[in-house]
Amino acid sequence: MSGQRVLQVEGLDVSVGRRGLLHDVTFSIDRGERVGLIGESGSGKSLTGLAVLGLLPEDVHARGTVALAGVDGNLLELDERRLSHIRGREVAMVFQEPMTALNPTSRVGDQVAEAILLHRRCSRGEARRAAVELLDQVALPAPAEAARAYPHQLSGGQRQRVVLAIALANDPELLVCDEPTTALDVTVQALVLDLVVRGVTARDSALLFITHDLSVVATVCERVLVMYGGRIVEAGPVEEVFRRPRHRYTQGLLEASDLEQAQEHTRLRTIPGSVPPAGRFPAGCVFRNRCTHATRECETLPPWTGPSPEQGYACFHPAHETAQVGS
Amino acid sequence: MLLRILRRTGILLASLVASTVLVFAFMAVLPGDPARVALGVNASDEAVGQLRREFGLDRPLAAQYLSWIGGLARFDLGTSYISHAPIGPQIADRLMVTLWLVVTAMVIALVVAVPLGTVMAMRHRRPSGVLLSALSQVGVAVPAFLAGILLITVFAIGLGWLPANGWTPPDQDPVMFVKQLTLPALSLGIVQAAVLTRYVRSAILDVMREDYIRTARAKGLTPTQALRRHGMRNASIPVITVLGLQLATLLIGAVVVERVFVIPGLGSLLLDAVSNRDLIVVQDVVMVLVLAVLVVNFVVDLLYLVIDPRLQVSSR
Repeated sequence: MSGQRVLQVEGLDVSVGRRGLLHDVTFSIDRGERVGLIGESGSGKSLTGLAVLGLLPEDVHARGTVALAGVDGNLLELDERRLSHIRGREVAMVFQEPMTALNPTSRVGDQVAEAILLHRRCSRGEARRAAVELLDQVALPAPAEAARAYPHQLSGGQRQRVVLAIALANDPELLVCDEPTTALDVTVQALVLDLVVRGVTARDSALLFITHDLSVVATVCERVLVMYGGRIVEAGPVEEVFRRPRHRYTQGLLEASDLEQAQEHTRLRTIPGSVPPAGRFPAGCVFRNRCTHATRECETLPPWTGPSPEQGYACFHPAHETAQVGS
Repeated sequence: MLLRILRRTGILLASLVASTVLVFAFMAVLPGDPARVALGVNASDEAVGQLRREFGLDRPLAAQYLSWIGGLARFDLGTSYISHAPIGPQIADRLMVTLWLVVTAMVIALVVAVPLGTVMAMRHRRPSGVLLSALSQVGVAVPAFLAGILLITVFAIGLGWLPANGWTPPDQDPVMFVKQLTLPALSLGIVQAAVLTRYVRSAILDVMREDYIRTARAKGLTPTQALRRHGMRNASIPVITVLGLQLATLLIGAVVVERVFVIPGLGSLLLDAVSNRDLIVVQDVVMVLVLAVLVVNFVVDLLYLVIDPRLQVSSR
């Protein structure tokens, strides 16, 4: 864990009314690091991303601390005006649904230029030229022409690249991507992933990459956080977690995506049961009602086992060497 | 895009022709002989027959219809059964009066509804927003003529600030014109504003939930900025639809309000013509109202093209 810390999230609790959605989420990302946040839908991944940007819906409340390099104080306590200066400059986000992420009545180039004009002192013309250059960086064909197009004239993959260009416009310290390729064709996915990695590498930005797709995490990220039931249940370097998962949930998730094993058994293994609705997870270990290894002990919250929040797991009956997967 | 405009123009013309048939058919099936009414109960059959010939009422319906729309196409609306005066100039004068009233009411409705609806949407969870919402609900329930009577009671009779009725053309006495226009335009406008406010509110609430607003906020726009720069234009699409429909409602509302405020507009012309059985005038006024509504809808459709680039399919 060398290098400058860009994002530090500590004890993040998110709730709607009395219903807890995230519990004690703690993690950090250093400059230039690419961290994956994985889990099934409903596990709280997107909420974590939105909380980092302070973009939670009005009736959702967050407690804890979110600290960002170069910003004084806790992001969760800043007012909307301060936050609006940080968003898009220090931290930017790419969302899941490219088809609806852009304003249909405004030209693509103007939407990129707006991000630049908001945070930099420059003329409209300069911003427009910079926008075209950004569109070129995200490999949009004929960027000058694309800048004059409306979103509906572009494909989903092209639109997502425009959203990426907007996010990268001010060289953010941290880029949050929330399932940016889930809605795209497989062929386009690889291209967009490559652009994301190149974009953050060129700027030495930190990346928080939210996805449910383990293979995407494997190609994009160095570290991974596994989330279930609003808690981080396991964390560590991608290589290690994927080869030797400790938490039983991570193990199940990996088995469910292991295509090699599936060819032998003809069907993918699945995790029994389904993700409970938000706030309805069992007390103690959140995974215990779906876990085949659960005992009475699991009715109390398992403590974090590991050298740091960046590496470890929260499980009483961790998997060991026996759970080797992949090649 | 050009194709769309051409097609829309075609639709406009077709509906115009269809509406002439409908309006004419309606008048033809109404009971009562205009000539008999014009001359009174004591008139001789001979006199009545002569008048029928004079108006062309003795001809077959098809011939009557054709001569009517033939006249319309040349802007000749015929002559009144009662006053024997040409109808065209009369309707033109009255239309101007009604247009002043309706357009002013529309402007009032817009000026009230757009900011109010926006505030209601932005504060929809807070007490102030809920209170405004409830008030506008009350406004929706009040008919324009009742609002007119209330306004007269308070501002004309009670406070004596404004005249209770009457009409002065703007070129004659601009000050008096404004004074006399205020109360009727308000009574039409406020009620429309209440309705429109609710549409503005829900349009903005819908837009604020859109993904592109979230993108805009992730860029660093405050909610208000995001709404102004990215929401308003998109929210205006459903609002303009309602505005188009409301203009039709306003024209009808004007008929009643003109009565309350004794304004010589199209509405009072229509009511007079109905009570005098001056069927040709009724027919013409209704036709003019239909035309106005059709043209407004046509303009609304063209506005969509300007606002929403997705509809400009053939461009680029």
